[in-house]
Amino acid sequence: MSSYLEANARERLALFDSFEEFVGPAQRVVSPHLAQLNAPVSFDDGVVVGRARLGDYAVFAAAQEGGFMGGAVGEVHGAKLVGMLRRAVAEKPDAVVLLLETGGVRLHEANAGLIAVSEVMRAVLDARDAGIPVIVLIGGANGAFGGMGIVARCANTLIISEEGRLAMSGPEVIETANGVEEFDSRDRALVWRTTGGKHRYLMGDVQRIVDDSVPAFRAAAIEAIAAIAAARDAQNGAVGLTLEAMEAEQAMLEQRIARFGALPDPLDVWAAMGVGKPAEVPMLDVAAFTAAANPHRQGV
Amino acid sequence: MDWKTLANALFPQGHDISEHENFLHGSATVNGAAVTIIGTTDHAPIGVEIALAQARAILATVRAHPGRAIVMLVDTQGQRLRHRDEMLGINSYMAHLGKCVDLARRRGHRVIGLVYDQALSGGFITSGLMADACYALPDATIRVMALPAMARITKVPEETLIELAKSNPVFAPGPENYLRMGGLQAIWDGDLAASLAAALSDAPSRDERSALGLARGGRKMAQPVIDAIVGSHHVRAA
Repeated sequence: MSSYLEANARERLALFDSFEEFVGPAQRVVSPHLAQLNAPVSFDDGVVVGRARLGDYAVFAAAQEGGFMGGAVGEVHGAKLVGMLRRAVAEKPDAVVLLLETGGVRLHEANAGLIAVSEVMRAVLDARDAGIPVIVLIGGANGAFGGMGIVARCANTLIISEEGRLAMSGPEVIETANGVEEFDSRDRALVWRTTGGKHRYLMGDVQRIVDDSVPAFRAAAIEAIAAIAAARDAQNGAVGLTLEAMEAEQAMLEQRIARFGALPDPLDVWAAMGVGKPAEVPMLDVAAFTAAANPHRQGV
Repeated sequence: MDWKTLANALFPQGHDISEHENFLHGSATVNGAAVTIIGTTDHAPIGVEIALAQARAILATVRAHPGRAIVMLVDTQGQRLRHRDEMLGINSYMAHLGKCVDLARRRGHRVIGLVYDQALSGGFITSGLMADACYALPDATIRVMALPAMARITKVPEETLIELAKSNPVFAPGPENYLRMGGLQAIWDGDLAASLAAALSDAPSRDERSALGLARGGRKMAQPVIDAIVGSHHVRAA
């Protein structure tokens, strides 16, 4: 079984038919900041970027390596993402596919990482504005957190596995700041149902949930690109941001607070949506879950 | 700086900014043209509500006043650290705010950010750092997190970080470091109204921060790496 969760960044590139890397590890472009902290460097600074074939599509892609500093974004790592996205604007591939696994800003390069993440965010939106769909895949052990959890939500389509997590601040950070009664980071079930793929799918923060396998992510990515292209060709959906889409998102997010903002636990949110037997949601496989979730999920 | 003192200095021709639960909103006249002001005060933690309030004000400006400039006044301790915010998907709320700023810019609204007190992490990424250009007052604090917390998480001794912060802009919280790295266009020291008026007429239309970071010596790798990928060649050391 080709688990996406257990694969590293380069193994996940198997979801493409071919891959040509930009600024590969042979060039040894490493972080200029880690050595002075006596921290190890990586010859790819924790991210692979390049162009790839995905079925019928020519795409640009990136894969973050969770095994190197949790996939966090430093100066070089961020610049590789920005460079790939800017080259995409110039060369107009059919889509950009981002395999995110990241804790967000790399604290060892704090200020440079923060600026880099904002440059990535603007570069993602530049790509969309140039008519290039951006697809985000989330299924690694480190999830997509911090500033990169924000970047993820700038994409056209997000695809997640049940094991994937998408959020802002990590549970440990919240527990450290406001106490164990605010968020018990060792309560794995609570952490999962607050940040995990099923909750994000029900809330409408992601568009697809798939099995934890490289082929499942591949198939969903191809379908997402095809769906965006079809909507665009039918003049039924813009790739870039529009005022109408942002007003609709504003209404959706306001309604979310109004409906669920006073509830204490995701289980209560699922019940309020009308999901039958919310306590059983964690046990369902993806097929049974989507069947149970689809009549009730938000943001559709 | 108190936001009212700041607003009076920025908008000597008058303004109608009001505060509601740390959210600042109003309008003023600069260079003879109306501008929309949004922002936060009292080191506001950015939770889902205040992110949406800012986004709503931006969308209202785009809808009702095409092309009107937007000024974002930044004072935040970063994203709110609560389970409720995470459950509701705070990253989606912050992304929405950032996207609204981006939309406004693309539709011809000049967007200027000003860090007048404190800017941290997620609260800054989706506000000042999404503007056409971001500025700061000399006493502003800008950082990802405080050095003691950074020391704990990175397992680098705090004394080492304090020492490094003296010579390396990557670790130190002052605005001059963000200036050197290209994250800030300039630090405003002097006539704030004149500075704002000039900023609104000179706003860059493209993201030039990595080039600024290289030119100013604070971020020497980012632009060469971007250039190597865009130009399909090897990285040329700065």
